[in-house]
Amino acid sequence: MRSRLYPVFKYTVIALWACFVAGPFFWAMTTSFKDVNGVQGGATYLPWLQYEPTVVGWRNIFGGAGGVDVTQPFLNSAVVTVLASAISLVLGSLAAYALSRYRFKFGFIKNSDIVFFFVSQRIMPPVVLVIPFFYLLQWTGLLDTVVGLVIVTVALLLPIAVWVMVDFFNGIPREIDEMAMLDGCAPFQTFVRAILPNSLPGLTVAAMFCAVFGWNDFFFAFRLTFTEVQTLPQAVVALNSSIPPWWTLSAAALFGVAPLILLALWVERYLSKGNLSGAVR
Amino acid sequence: MEALRRHKSMFLLPGLLTLALIIIFPLLFTIRVSFSGWNVSNPQLDFIGGANYTAMLHDSRFWASIMRLVLLAGGTVLIQYVIGFGMALLVWREARGRRLWRVLFLVPMMTTPVVMAAIWQMIFHESLGPVNDLLGMLGLSKVPWLTESGPALVALMTVEVWQWTPFMFLLLLAGLLSLPKEPFMAAAIDGAGPWRTFRKVTFPLMAPVSVAAIIIRLIEASKLSDSVYVLTSGGPGSSTETPGYYLYIQGLRDQQTGYSGAMSLTYLVLMIVTLTVAAALLARAFKLKGDS
Repeated sequence: MRSRLYPVFKYTVIALWACFVAGPFFWAMTTSFKDVNGVQGGATYLPWLQYEPTVVGWRNIFGGAGGVDVTQPFLNSAVVTVLASAISLVLGSLAAYALSRYRFKFGFIKNSDIVFFFVSQRIMPPVVLVIPFFYLLQWTGLLDTVVGLVIVTVALLLPIAVWVMVDFFNGIPREIDEMAMLDGCAPFQTFVRAILPNSLPGLTVAAMFCAVFGWNDFFFAFRLTFTEVQTLPQAVVALNSSIPPWWTLSAAALFGVAPLILLALWVERYLSKGNLSGAVR
Repeated sequence: MEALRRHKSMFLLPGLLTLALIIIFPLLFTIRVSFSGWNVSNPQLDFIGGANYTAMLHDSRFWASIMRLVLLAGGTVLIQYVIGFGMALLVWREARGRRLWRVLFLVPMMTTPVVMAAIWQMIFHESLGPVNDLLGMLGLSKVPWLTESGPALVALMTVEVWQWTPFMFLLLLAGLLSLPKEPFMAAAIDGAGPWRTFRKVTFPLMAPVSVAAIIIRLIEASKLSDSVYVLTSGGPGSSTETPGYYLYIQGLRDQQTGYSGAMSLTYLVLMIVTLTVAAALLARAFKLKGDS
């Protein structure tokens, strides 16, 4: 039915896209092993052919001369991401369970409106939120602290957690709840003993989304922390100046996205068709 | 019954209260600030009426950034949809290697936008970047990617397409994989070719997923500012500024707090209105095509 050229066409398209996707990573990788001579030699691609590879860039991001130490920003990012994701998942799955299992009615407000209220937060541009957050954190003395940044990050992640988990809980048969109730479980026990153990795939997807958005946040970290708490994206962008120490910037950038690439490789198996298509509807 | 009622609120309330504090407080605060003359030399919440809003109406830089965002977001999301859908169609019938494509498409959308923008800034560098180097190999002249407005917008769009086409691809692939088999069998029995099958069966069946994916992307794209900050800093001049970036300059760098409050709210309202209209139009467009 299909022409013989079709596979050729298909693999050409896929190969071109693969080059487009991998190109920046490949280029950053080779650049991270350059020094002044390597960079000023122009856009050279194969380190072992055109210049002498050096690890000066990688040394710079761990406190070498002319660089920054990215270990502390890395830890800050990790702590903020893990804490904010955990809080969002707990609050989010509790709320999502209630929205999936019970009917709410406050006047004209129904379940779907409450879900929409959670999800609609994603429409808020960060710039609308950041000035009020600034003063809120200043008044509470949490400006430029990990705790403050965690609170703000929860605001970003909670809607995602609710959104993914409502959908997932809707897919779990109610018979499971009823069985647990018959066995004498209180509502909270039902949730913890019967529902959560069946929710690992959903929780994994929600946790992945939370971790990615939390780790990737730049704007809030940039405006709400200054010196004490610097996150990894901040540290990388700080290296990005007009006079490029490109080897250091490349090494820092790769170091900054490495956890996400590893996460992508690990989490891919959980993204079976059900989970992701479910998230759209 | 009473116990059940108490429980259902206990599940919902913590999350709801957190979100209310986090959303409603900032919104009320911004509304109040937008009616004040709060700026770097006068940091207080006085009431000056609608002066900020009047000033905004005459701020051509703000309106230009809004128009630019409409073009940027609309353009990049359309490109992402076309490429993402095309590639999802290429691979959805293959059982072999699908995991590999998924990994390939997961990586860009998961990596930190500002960090990737920093890498792209080096890639688009006029004299040392690989893009111009490749153009040189093809015998073309170098393009000042980040210092001239037209090329800078192209660079910005390239980065957006690179980062977010995978999102479209993954959602549309998931949609394709969950389609029922019967309509395709019926089409095959009727002797429909690939193009007819796509136009009459695949595309209409994919309408709900398509609309959802486009709307989600439009919402995220409308907040575009981080990559502008890293890639071009809004320049040259203000030719690549988006509202998000212009508001950052006014509100946070120059501390025209009251004025930026007025613009933030206007931007938010315009966004909600535009997205609602876009959603309605999209739903109609996809449905009409399905019927004809």
